[in-house]
Amino acid sequence: MRFEPEEIGEVLEMLLFRELDIRAVTLSVNTLPAVRPRIEDLLTALEEVLTPYLKRLRPAVERVATRLGVRIVTVRLAVSPVSILLEPLGDRDAAVEIAKHMDGLAEKYGVDMVGGFSAFVHVGASRGDRALMDALPEALNSTARVAGFLNVASTMTGVNLDSVKKAAELVMAMKPHAAARFAVTANLPEDVPFMPGAYHGLGLPDAVVNIAVSGPGVVEAVVRNLPEADVRTLHDAVKRAAFKITRLGELVGREVARELGVPFGSVDLSVAPSPKVGDSVAAILEAMGLPRVGAPGTIFALALFTDAVKKGGAMAASTIGGLSGAFIPVSEDAVMARAAAEGSLTFDTLKAMASVCNTGIDMVGIPGDASPDAVAALIADVMALAVHLDKPLGVRLVPVPGAKPGDVYELGGLYGSVAVVDASSYSRIPLVSRGGTAPPGVERLKKG
Amino acid sequence: MVSVLGADRVGIVAGIAGVLARHNVNIVDISQTVVRDIFSMIMVVDISKADVDIGQLRRELEEEGRRLGVLVGVYHIDVFRYMQRI
Repeated sequence: MRFEPEEIGEVLEMLLFRELDIRAVTLSVNTLPAVRPRIEDLLTALEEVLTPYLKRLRPAVERVATRLGVRIVTVRLAVSPVSILLEPLGDRDAAVEIAKHMDGLAEKYGVDMVGGFSAFVHVGASRGDRALMDALPEALNSTARVAGFLNVASTMTGVNLDSVKKAAELVMAMKPHAAARFAVTANLPEDVPFMPGAYHGLGLPDAVVNIAVSGPGVVEAVVRNLPEADVRTLHDAVKRAAFKITRLGELVGREVARELGVPFGSVDLSVAPSPKVGDSVAAILEAMGLPRVGAPGTIFALALFTDAVKKGGAMAASTIGGLSGAFIPVSEDAVMARAAAEGSLTFDTLKAMASVCNTGIDMVGIPGDASPDAVAALIADVMALAVHLDKPLGVRLVPVPGAKPGDVYELGGLYGSVAVVDASSYSRIPLVSRGGTAPPGVERLKKG
Repeated sequence: MVSVLGADRVGIVAGIAGVLARHNVNIVDISQTVVRDIFSMIMVVDISKADVDIGQLRRELEEEGRRLGVLVGVYHIDVFRYMQRI
């Protein structure tokens, strides 16, 4: 097979100068064989289930990265929802122990994050769910690599306001670095490779490899090279770039799965940003012709981008999975963070953006003394969008003690700098205290 | 696939080719241009009979690149096959 120098040059430019890399290889493992009625036995069994995979995971990823010459930024593990392991125990202290044990295993085997410290409570909470929820702040505050979520809404069952309110209380009890590893979600798919949404879904086999791609810099360069193009031409160019980016994820997924001897799951085609310059989704929107992300036109631009990424990426992956849309985490995207710090991105703008992407409100700082009512109501708004638009969305807020709107809190690494935004001028919102589950909408009825 | 990018100077091709020959790496295809004093070379090489693996070859080529003051990249051909062919 021969390649034109231009074709080779294009790929080299993406890899060398446009920050094209693979965001994450996420190995998803069924940990339900470790269910035991005693915590000591459970921890031993959990280690027995995970160790054969963990021993091989990082070496396999490094072999593939070396062979291909492609950067793979993070190596992650997803486990079955820990709430299920807790059903026989029903004990919050046991939940904290499980989190610490998984944290230790991840560190020992060079795994950057472990996802699945999670529960599905979109209709109500069971014994294991309650133990997990009670443990969440301490479990995440006292670990560095464990991530989790509470799924509090679904198209099929509606929005559970009791779970929303509980989730808001839990977030407010977390330190910033812990809150960055926790999301409140709706309609979470079973094969998300991104954190904190990753867990091993109930429909999956013993283990699968899922891939998260990156590469906003590639798309930004394409858009900047087309200053005069109409939006249809722009859409087509973004689609072509998304194809190539996702294709790299497909290649890495196949190779890592082969190395590990486990099935290849899916590629999440979302083009994930990072706080690095030249790795921003918001910069793509601004390159399309916005003075700042958040300005009028933002929703139009984001919808155009999301649609093009989906259409290009879908063709490139043998199967798509996870969230597969567009990510606009505020702190993890330097241009989003700047707009939030300047005040051009508010919660209202982010909610509107959530209607045309798959993120929701992600990685936004709030004052540590923000009203729990306001936080719960904000989460409820995003959950309602998810249920009535029938798609996955999440809320990941970072309470910063002593901070005021406009302050910036440095989390570092892939998390970036968190801009603190005013949660609400209203401190009491009695609606959230009504509790109960809002019924599913007509999207549910369409499904029969 | 070996790519070399940097300021033009005497000995770039010789230096890179020397590392390849030392490890029994066969050059299958080579294209080279100099635009505005920027040297650019792309080589397709076969490492099936090489005495080192791709990781070691990359390290040695990068080291030679640093000596020559050029940027060297080594990639598997599958990256280009996946991204540029349907």
